[in-house]
Amino acid sequence: MTAPPTAAPDTRPPVPSVARPHAVRRRPRGRLAALPFLGPGSLYIALLVFVPVLLITAYSFFERGRFGGVVFTFTLENFARLFDPLYLGVVANSLGIAAVVTALALLIGYPTALMITRLSPKWRTIALIAVLLPFWTNFLIRTYAWILLLNNAGWINQALQALGITQEPISMLYTPQAVVVGLLYMYLPLMILPLYSSLSSQDAQLGEAATNLGASPFRVFRTITVPLSIPGILTGCVFVFVPAMSNFVIPELIGGGKTVLIGNLIRDQFLKARDWPFGAALALVLTISLLLLLLLQARLSKRLTDGKREKAGAAKGVVTDA
Amino acid sequence: MRRSRFIRIPFWLTFVFLYLPIVVVVILSFNDSSNLFVWRGFTLDWYGELFRDQAILEGLVNTLIVATGSTAIATVLGTLLAVGIQRYTKGGLVRAFALTPALLPDLLLGIGILSVFSLLGFSLGLYSVLLSHAAFSIAFVTAIVLARLAHLDPSLEEASRDLGAGPVRTFARVTLPQLAPGIVAGALLSFTLSIDEFVIAFFTAAPTTPTLPIVIYSMVRFGVTPEINALATVLLFVSVIAVLGAQRLTKVTEAL
Amino acid sequence: MRFTKSVAILAGATVTALALTSCAGASNDAIDPEADITEQSLTVSIWADYYPETLAEDFEKATGVPVTIVNHATNEEVVAKLTASADPGIDVAFVSGQYAQALNEAGLLQELDKSLIPNEANLYPEALELAYDEGNAYSEPYAWGTTGLCYRPDLTGFAPTSWNDLLNPVPALEGKTTMLSTERWMALPALKMLGESVNSDDPAVLEKVKEQMLKTKDTLLAFDDTTFYSKLVSGEAAMVEAWDGWCNYAIAEDPTVQFVLPEEGSDLWVDTMTVLKSSKNKEAAMAFVNYILEADVQSYVASSILYAVPNKAAVESLDPALVEQFPNLAIDPATLLEQETVVDVGQFGTEYTRLATEIMAAG
Repeated sequence: MTAPPTAAPDTRPPVPSVARPHAVRRRPRGRLAALPFLGPGSLYIALLVFVPVLLITAYSFFERGRFGGVVFTFTLENFARLFDPLYLGVVANSLGIAAVVTALALLIGYPTALMITRLSPKWRTIALIAVLLPFWTNFLIRTYAWILLLNNAGWINQALQALGITQEPISMLYTPQAVVVGLLYMYLPLMILPLYSSLSSQDAQLGEAATNLGASPFRVFRTITVPLSIPGILTGCVFVFVPAMSNFVIPELIGGGKTVLIGNLIRDQFLKARDWPFGAALALVLTISLLLLLLLQARLSKRLTDGKREKAGAAKGVVTDA
Repeated sequence: MRRSRFIRIPFWLTFVFLYLPIVVVVILSFNDSSNLFVWRGFTLDWYGELFRDQAILEGLVNTLIVATGSTAIATVLGTLLAVGIQRYTKGGLVRAFALTPALLPDLLLGIGILSVFSLLGFSLGLYSVLLSHAAFSIAFVTAIVLARLAHLDPSLEEASRDLGAGPVRTFARVTLPQLAPGIVAGALLSFTLSIDEFVIAFFTAAPTTPTLPIVIYSMVRFGVTPEINALATVLLFVSVIAVLGAQRLTKVTEAL
Repeated sequence: MRFTKSVAILAGATVTALALTSCAGASNDAIDPEADITEQSLTVSIWADYYPETLAEDFEKATGVPVTIVNHATNEEVVAKLTASADPGIDVAFVSGQYAQALNEAGLLQELDKSLIPNEANLYPEALELAYDEGNAYSEPYAWGTTGLCYRPDLTGFAPTSWNDLLNPVPALEGKTTMLSTERWMALPALKMLGESVNSDDPAVLEKVKEQMLKTKDTLLAFDDTTFYSKLVSGEAAMVEAWDGWCNYAIAEDPTVQFVLPEEGSDLWVDTMTVLKSSKNKEAAMAFVNYILEADVQSYVASSILYAVPNKAAVESLDPALVEQFPNLAIDPATLLEQETVVDVGQFGTEYTRLATEIMAAG
């Protein structure tokens, strides 16, 4: 990207940049302008997501029929049941595991995304595709392959024993740690892609300028790269955290059914107990909490980036003027 | 710092991690034994069986149709939403609305959409899966494009408009190209999510038009057979070819 | 804000409208015994690999009715789909007995017209009085069996005889056993060991089951409903809780594997064929059920899927060599019926699910 023409004499209408931190954004020029952008997508989501979900969550206010199904007597019992220590325990466990998975994904995904942005354009696409390619085979097949690798009679244990490194098989599967690894494996690309999208939009000049001014590579990383990539980080974290909590296949297959996450809980209510109302209540509470998380992320993201962008813009001004 | 070990080591580790089970799958697809723990020799038999398996081939075609269609819808609607949110909204409400589908448990969405279709008297088919997949993919495209938008220099757009270009032209010639990497990333993700999606597809597909994950899920009752491993290998191979081919044809790399 | 509000109102209005719409009714036409079934076509949903490969072609050849066989992986999923959808596009659904009972209570099953299913006479008399559906009003049994212990004598070093051998294993076997994860079958061994009914709906009893299972959980390798037999074959596990038919798959790969029905007793489970009320091809569907109940067909089923079938004529015509290899195929119905038939426990079902959750989520 070449230097934008902000270096030229300023002919734009004056904008009080102190009074409004969002100076760089325009106020909506009438609803009409927004319609083609916000309209189609919102309508689609309203009809195909909100209506179905509202329908099911409406069930949470009713009772389970004797053999399953829904009986339309109003009750708040389902929400009261949520406070059972058993379920709260499952929630806490899920939060913990999802948090660990997200942290690991960030730790591994960030350097990977960063490296990808530093490749030549041709290799960049190849790397991105390479990240996604395993996910174009089937998740069940990959999960079973992991089981094959990790179980007590599996390839890794066989190799270790053949090489004489261990005598007894190491128990790697059917543990909460295995569940973490399984979830990490499933959702890593969901961290890498938003990170890449955000990192690749950063102006390389900023880093170069800072280096020219004497900053060490680590300092550039710490004060410029990371802060500017916060929207990507937050997006990636949400993308990983959310499904990590609702997944039910990994805890079952790789956790050996010995770890119960919210996803299993909800699945069990809908499918096994045929208790749609309770399942709906669980799902409703889960969704609302995640929604709040999302709103928090949006606020945080905006507050942090607008601040940084101001600084970055100022820095750029300095750089190009010099 | 460009290629320091702190970046390079995790980078390569990531790929080893991602491809370890893939290697297992590919190797086993050539194993002349249905016992997964013993190597008995090289064979192409499973590939033969694979190509004779109608159910799998139909499932594959269905999946590709659904993935392509839903990605198209999601990319267009999602990008528009992202731009709209960035430009025309202040609070997080519309944004939260747009991103909520990504937060919902897929089971909820699947049963919900099925119930609605059922109440409205629509019969299921491939189209119902396609529409359902697009519904949650929109959220992902929106989020990814937003992450990129948060960073773009708006002065370029302003300059373009100052120089006389109308809003449409500015959008097409200035905004979109800047967004391209985000849009591509979003589309890729949307396609990936759709290909592998089981739960929603299970509830919204007609029994006679299953997608590949549905076919495979019901087949792995006893664990994965070598035929299924052969399928995975073929998928991998075909994906690589398709992507390299597409790259030749488009100038996406320039935009990146 | 106005924008989001209008969207919300739109969504709310749509939901209300939908909720007020009556559910699409089931197809209520009476059965017409004279109907020409060759003008109908069938969609049958059954577990993968749970039927002879040539079943669809054979049926079409025999009756002229084209049939498409689709697969489902578990009872719960297909029941959820049938419940949520007014017209799931399925004519014949294969589900286990207690699920057929639940489906019937929900009004989703068609009452069977026995004049279209004369082959019912081939069944063992006991198979006509199964507790979840006495007289087979809305289901016909396809395969049946019991739950027991499937084990490798070379790895266990002894022949287990009691559920206790699994629930409180000797130290050498710790970490080498698995149990079924479906809640009714997870509770089964403890229930039987305590001398209780498999259909118990007594909270105090379940509490005792929980106490035992919390101890057992620490000794288990995993809860596994699907790959437990391959764990036996690979040697990861030495003894697993298994359905007898599944144990045959292990025996087929490793002839040293044995199956035993523990002395405290077990359950009788039955996989059944049902016709959906929403089906538009009811006569053809019943012809399909009738076809399965033919002696050679059900015998072919038994030898293909290695499960015991409740068809007297079929069992008598089984190849003796096969029966020698897989003895449970010719199990005496009296023995089976000594076990308790699994029935749906209605509202109490949620307690079993909760029990399973408690056990699986524990430390």
